[in-house]
Amino acid sequence: MAALETPQSSTLRQAFGNVIKYESVIHEFDPYFNYRVTQFLTKNGIYDFWNWFDDRTWYPLGRVIGGTVYPGLTLTAGTLWRIMNSLNIPLSVETVCVFTAPIFSAFASWAAYLLTKEVKGVGAGLTAAALLAMVPSYISRSVAGSYDNEAVAIFALIFTFYLYIKALNTGSLFYATLNAISYFYMVCSWGGYTFIINLIPMHVLLCIVTGRYSSRLYIAYAPLVVLGTLLASLVPVVGFNAVMTSEHFASFLVFIIIHVVALVYYIKGILSPQMFKVAVTLVVSIGLIVCGAVLAVLIAMVASSPTKGWSGRSLSLLDPTYASKYIPIIASVSEHQPPTWPSYFMDINVLAFLVPAGIIACFLPLSDASSFAVLYIVTSVYFSGVMVRLMLVLAPAACIMSGIALSEAFGVFTRSIKFQLPGVTQNSPVNAGDTGNVMQNDVVKTEKSEDSLKERPSRKNKKKEKDNVERATVVPKTEKRLSVLPLEASVIAIFLLVLLGAFYVVHCVWAAAEAYSAPSIVLTSRSHDGLHVFDDFREAYGWLRHNTEVDDKVASWWDYGYQTTAMANRTVIVDNNTWNNTHIATVGTAMSSPEKAAWEIFNSLDVKYVLVVFGGLVGYPSDDINKFLWMVRIGGGVFPHIKEPDYLRDGQYRIDSQATPTMLNSLMYKLSYYRFVETDGKGFDRVRNTEIGKKYFKLTHFEEVFTTHHWMVRLYKLKPPKNRIRGKTKKAKSKASSKRSGTLKKNPWH
Amino acid sequence: MGRSTTSKDAEALFHSLHSAYASTPTNLKIIDLYIMFAVVTAVIQVVYMAIVGSFPFNSFLSGELSCVGTAVLAVCLRIQVNKENKEFKDLPPERAFADFVLCNLVLHLVIMNFLG
Repeated sequence: MAALETPQSSTLRQAFGNVIKYESVIHEFDPYFNYRVTQFLTKNGIYDFWNWFDDRTWYPLGRVIGGTVYPGLTLTAGTLWRIMNSLNIPLSVETVCVFTAPIFSAFASWAAYLLTKEVKGVGAGLTAAALLAMVPSYISRSVAGSYDNEAVAIFALIFTFYLYIKALNTGSLFYATLNAISYFYMVCSWGGYTFIINLIPMHVLLCIVTGRYSSRLYIAYAPLVVLGTLLASLVPVVGFNAVMTSEHFASFLVFIIIHVVALVYYIKGILSPQMFKVAVTLVVSIGLIVCGAVLAVLIAMVASSPTKGWSGRSLSLLDPTYASKYIPIIASVSEHQPPTWPSYFMDINVLAFLVPAGIIACFLPLSDASSFAVLYIVTSVYFSGVMVRLMLVLAPAACIMSGIALSEAFGVFTRSIKFQLPGVTQNSPVNAGDTGNVMQNDVVKTEKSEDSLKERPSRKNKKKEKDNVERATVVPKTEKRLSVLPLEASVIAIFLLVLLGAFYVVHCVWAAAEAYSAPSIVLTSRSHDGLHVFDDFREAYGWLRHNTEVDDKVASWWDYGYQTTAMANRTVIVDNNTWNNTHIATVGTAMSSPEKAAWEIFNSLDVKYVLVVFGGLVGYPSDDINKFLWMVRIGGGVFPHIKEPDYLRDGQYRIDSQATPTMLNSLMYKLSYYRFVETDGKGFDRVRNTEIGKKYFKLTHFEEVFTTHHWMVRLYKLKPPKNRIRGKTKKAKSKASSKRSGTLKKNPWH
Repeated sequence: MGRSTTSKDAEALFHSLHSAYASTPTNLKIIDLYIMFAVVTAVIQVVYMAIVGSFPFNSFLSGELSCVGTAVLAVCLRIQVNKENKEFKDLPPERAFADFVLCNLVLHLVIMNFLG
């Protein structure tokens, strides 16, 4: 256990790095929503939380929080807060929220140790835990401040898999029950629970097909399906989806299959062989007819739904091109894009090389548990290739595999050294068995360690090995085949493996410090005159909080919804939950329309303020102008008068002098670049690297109320309509009388 | 011709099954009876649902799954208690029964909650 302390403490130390660097603050966007929900829970108690209808988002629709949120994370943090306060340790809710993720990442490390111990042994377990403690992909989601579902969900995932393997290895119903309860915790925590309920049936099917059916498999799987489905239906977010959506059908299908297989084995056991043959022919002929009928009914039911019963997100996982064709909202989230090749090296580093070695090590010998590990890594590699967010599911699998590979390699090398040290040779049961087998293992092991070693020692190994074997006293014991490499090669190999580990640690610490510690609500940059801190977001939310009425509605693009409700405490129109595509399309249409049309849309939604993020002055690339193409696409998907080609010049979105008039008149352009020319006289946009097209213009329906220090967040207020209109009011016959209207003042309200 | 041979085969099969089953110990037969009872109850519930309709759905689900659940757990108990099973010869039957009771407790706790 002492050796296990170190991986956990290294996790904690890495996770706290950014609290030391910035401050104890919640990161990104989604964590702000979770923080707000946790605040509500701790203030009002669980019954109000369960029945909470939130009227401060998605105005005027509101959102049923109790039924649409995965409660695991908030309940966990709330419970922790409760326990701490009852022990008279006065922690604030924010502190508990910020530090929940590192605590659970330490638990995840412990769970990875347990899982790998079940698969291969204690050494592999410790190595896997140490690797998981530092892997950048997991660190990115478990830094202090990243208060998102994955923080507890990954722990639940690994722990559920551990309990499943333990139940499979021991055949104990107790562990099967614990497995179901842990699965329930996973369902509470994350939508990715469907990975578990599809991977485990896949593994059971694999075991049955490869002839590894045993009663332990039945005990490990069947109670999980029944209890698990029930427990999953208890969570309001899942509800009846647990029995009605296609994501769960695999578990039911394999449930039926395992019962059939169990029955067949049972009858085979009590009948004589020829009677069994008779039984088989009888059953097959009747059974086929029944099965065909049932299958036909099922297919008819499933085919009647347009998506064949799958949800949009699952479909986009199975068919990666689905989202971009049909649902632009899913395609627009940057986390849902496929990862690039370098991001694999960035996120799991050295493990990418060790995983294949681990897969080979799992096959010698192949057990139920190691076949599960192989299936886990293969499926998670596929899914991580579809969506970069799922690299997080790959990380534990990669750590387990690499832990197995590393510990096997270390085992071989240290064994070689130990048995070839002078003074140990008298009681060496080494080289027992045939030389042939030793040759075989030798070749395999040298192949495995060939990743980073030179070629020359391998040939010398084989020759030396032959000599060693012939000279040594072959003790005729029927023992496990031991393979031994020459002493020098083993020492060099161990040294190189340690060096590999050192590179991994260095990379992980660098990645955690530089790439994943940024809270993204506070930005920093280094320049020749020191470190600049950009705290514009909080500045803007603070201004909103103190200078507007409590009931004022703020419209912005959906990215900022959670932060606005949590930090500025104002009602928003759309937020990161993105459950209503039409509402988001309305906001997108407003942002793409000219000022008057946009004013009308916003006025119909009772909006008072509009928030725009603009990075042109400081070079912040994730601003609203860069996201504008999604506003046009999503808006155009619902309102056909927004046509994307109107905004494109030569297939590109441009804001310089070559931009289309529709683009230059759109609300987003105007609100981003209003008075921008006053900053440097030329209006040079540092993100798009051009001067803007329309430099001098006035706003007719909006007025600017606040711009932050670095111009990153700009707030505008809707102007109230004029009370009295000077001059004649022009109605429908504006075309005919417009020629005579030269003397009349142009009235923007008509 | 074919029908008589199949019917004769079916009879012979039935007899051999019957004689083989008669030799199982009594405690296993009791567990089998319990499994039969649970499965029959589940079937009755499905038939009732087909006649009357599935509202409220959560009650139907919890009733169904409680029957199926205890059946599955009883099968697990039978596997663990069966003396012919080599894998479980070290497991005392009292431990097996305790696990059975614990798992049933969890199952019925969830059922009571979900029943509505």
